[in-house]
Amino acid sequence: MNTTILLLLFAPLVGFLINIFFGKTLGKTVSGAIGTASVFISFLCTICLFSQINANGKAITFHLADWFSIGTIKVNFSFLFDQLSALWLLFVTGIGTLIHLYSISYMHEDENMHKFFSYLNLFVFFMIALVSGSNLLIMFIGWEGVGLCSYLLIGFWYKNQDYNDAAKKAFIMNRIGDLGFLIGIFILGHLFGTLDFLEIKALLGKDVISPSLLSIAALCLFIGACGKSAQLPLATWLPDAMAGPTPVSALIHAATMVTAGIFMITRMNFLFDLTPEIQNVIAIVGAITAIVAASIGLVQNDIKKVLAYSTVSQLGLMFLALGLGAYEVAVFHVITHAFFKACLFLGSGSVIHALHGEQDMRNMGGLRKVMPITFWTMMFSTLAISGIVPFSGFFSKDEILMTAFHTNIPLWIIGSIASIMTAFYMFRLMYITFFNDFRGTEEQKHHLHESPALITIPLIILGFLATVGGLISLPGNSWLNHYLAPLFAHKSHGEHHLDGETIMLMAIATVGAFIGIGIAWFKYIKNKEVPVADSEVQGLHKVLSNKYYLDEIYMATIVKPIYMISSFAKKYVEKFISKAVIGLGGATYALSIKGKKIQNGNIGVYLFAFIFGMVGFLVYVFIIRDLK
Amino acid sequence: MNILEHVGIENYLTLAALLFCIGAFGLLYRRNAIIMFMSIEIMLNAVNLLLVAFSSYHEDASGQVFVFFTMAVAAAEVAVGLAILVSVFRNIGNIDIDNLKNLKG
Repeated sequence: MNTTILLLLFAPLVGFLINIFFGKTLGKTVSGAIGTASVFISFLCTICLFSQINANGKAITFHLADWFSIGTIKVNFSFLFDQLSALWLLFVTGIGTLIHLYSISYMHEDENMHKFFSYLNLFVFFMIALVSGSNLLIMFIGWEGVGLCSYLLIGFWYKNQDYNDAAKKAFIMNRIGDLGFLIGIFILGHLFGTLDFLEIKALLGKDVISPSLLSIAALCLFIGACGKSAQLPLATWLPDAMAGPTPVSALIHAATMVTAGIFMITRMNFLFDLTPEIQNVIAIVGAITAIVAASIGLVQNDIKKVLAYSTVSQLGLMFLALGLGAYEVAVFHVITHAFFKACLFLGSGSVIHALHGEQDMRNMGGLRKVMPITFWTMMFSTLAISGIVPFSGFFSKDEILMTAFHTNIPLWIIGSIASIMTAFYMFRLMYITFFNDFRGTEEQKHHLHESPALITIPLIILGFLATVGGLISLPGNSWLNHYLAPLFAHKSHGEHHLDGETIMLMAIATVGAFIGIGIAWFKYIKNKEVPVADSEVQGLHKVLSNKYYLDEIYMATIVKPIYMISSFAKKYVEKFISKAVIGLGGATYALSIKGKKIQNGNIGVYLFAFIFGMVGFLVYVFIIRDLK
Repeated sequence: MNILEHVGIENYLTLAALLFCIGAFGLLYRRNAIIMFMSIEIMLNAVNLLLVAFSSYHEDASGQVFVFFTMAVAAAEVAVGLAILVSVFRNIGNIDIDNLKNLKG
């Protein structure tokens, strides 16, 4: 078992080391193969581990090495493989393998392909550490590590300054969240004297602990989750992160890394259960994010931006579920979302690949006939994300909405509206991209082609999973809820039986989805509308196109004042400080120029000074001091 | 029979003080390094004399032990010092300390 765990943990790291040091000499195909194989090995090990945990339901704690101990806090490099982390690892490494495979073909023309694969491998390594760490600090290492890889990969095409800016934005926004997370960790360490998940869980059951500090800790952890999972107000980095290569968007900014916040809250569910006020905050932030991001997604014209806002919106729905205490429902949606969103991103990558880098949907159209595999896999995923029976997204989204309906009707309404919007903008994307006639240049039209097998195979697998993924948690008979049950203290919220109310809610959700699809069909198929150029948009449309001016607001309220303070400091404070420092140095120098004259090399003078100094000292000690 | 009964302790003190002052002035006044060494020896021996006198006065032998130490250290010091002077003489041809002015700030 230990070998399996070691392989699972370190195969991607070895892949990273090989690729970063020898990738260039090994050549593109070999470095791609090594990158893919290392993640695949992890995937196989995860399957072993998962099947064992699934069979006997026992969590495995793996102690690698001691790290440090301060006072009562002892932190080790140890890893916890329980139901949650095994499940998470399964789709992280599984989808990771598929996306590595896809990247071999997608990145083949890039001169730095070995670097790309080494970063991807490093990302998978840190993600595994994040998911399987048995205490908060190991999780934090992974948390920072995936942030670093996200930064490196967003700015992968570093020659474009916009991409570098996007990378920096992602890094800085994440840093704000990370600070919250770190403070949360400190508070928990202070409260419990340990950072181990299981120990904290045990202590929470027993002791009476200051509830206000506990709430602050939970809030800090949630701020960390907000940063990583792109929730308002820290959401704006994720759409910009689409500057990275498309496989990166699929793996990091849709399927895995951005769900880290949800993972962390699910991991710490025993803490959040005790702080209902923070749960309310989470639910409200999630709902607002879901609807705001969905409404921005309605009018985006960049194919990847639509998907990015859709991701933010779906993450919002997951946070809504978390806030309502329905952790297993959130996990369910994370999994189905990972399938269909990875598939959608890879599909959009396939389209972009066919059009040689074109991302504007207004220059696409009619691709259905030339790219049938891409079209159909994306279509299935779109049906899934829109919540159409029997695709996976229907079940997971429906469970979130049902939970909301039972606990908080306004949140249910917000979530439902966001879902209708989702159906609309996703079908808008599909209709504009794949239907009607091609609107690009003749040259592009000439080169249109279906992508090679390395791209279509992952698409087909993910499309299949997006279709049937809902089977793991059917209403009334949920394997997932049963599997995750040992993790949660309360009785499952997500266990809905197929009664009249459930069917009514399902019907409402389905009708809503069809309304969204219908509007999209009417606009873009029947009337053959094409979104107008950016300069012609007006009114509400313009507000949405500009993302509610969020970036501008941040610019005016945060960035600009900081710049003003900085320039003030540069002009006045810095001048004062440097003058003071230089003045001190100058005074010392001038004094030493005078002082060195004393040292004239004449031994007689030294002796004279020595003896008279000695005499002076003795006179002081034995005569002057005695007189006083 | 104590020797201090014939010559009082204050005479030893005066002699030691005189010797010490002679040494100090010699050190300051003379420019020949060997003479300066001799002056230092006079000062050391003045102190030795004091130590021995007080040792006898207090009837405590530890003062005499100190004197032995001082003599041993002085011998070592002279050995090193004279070696340095020989080296200086080989380099500049005399041992006048006014000529040793190269180390100045």
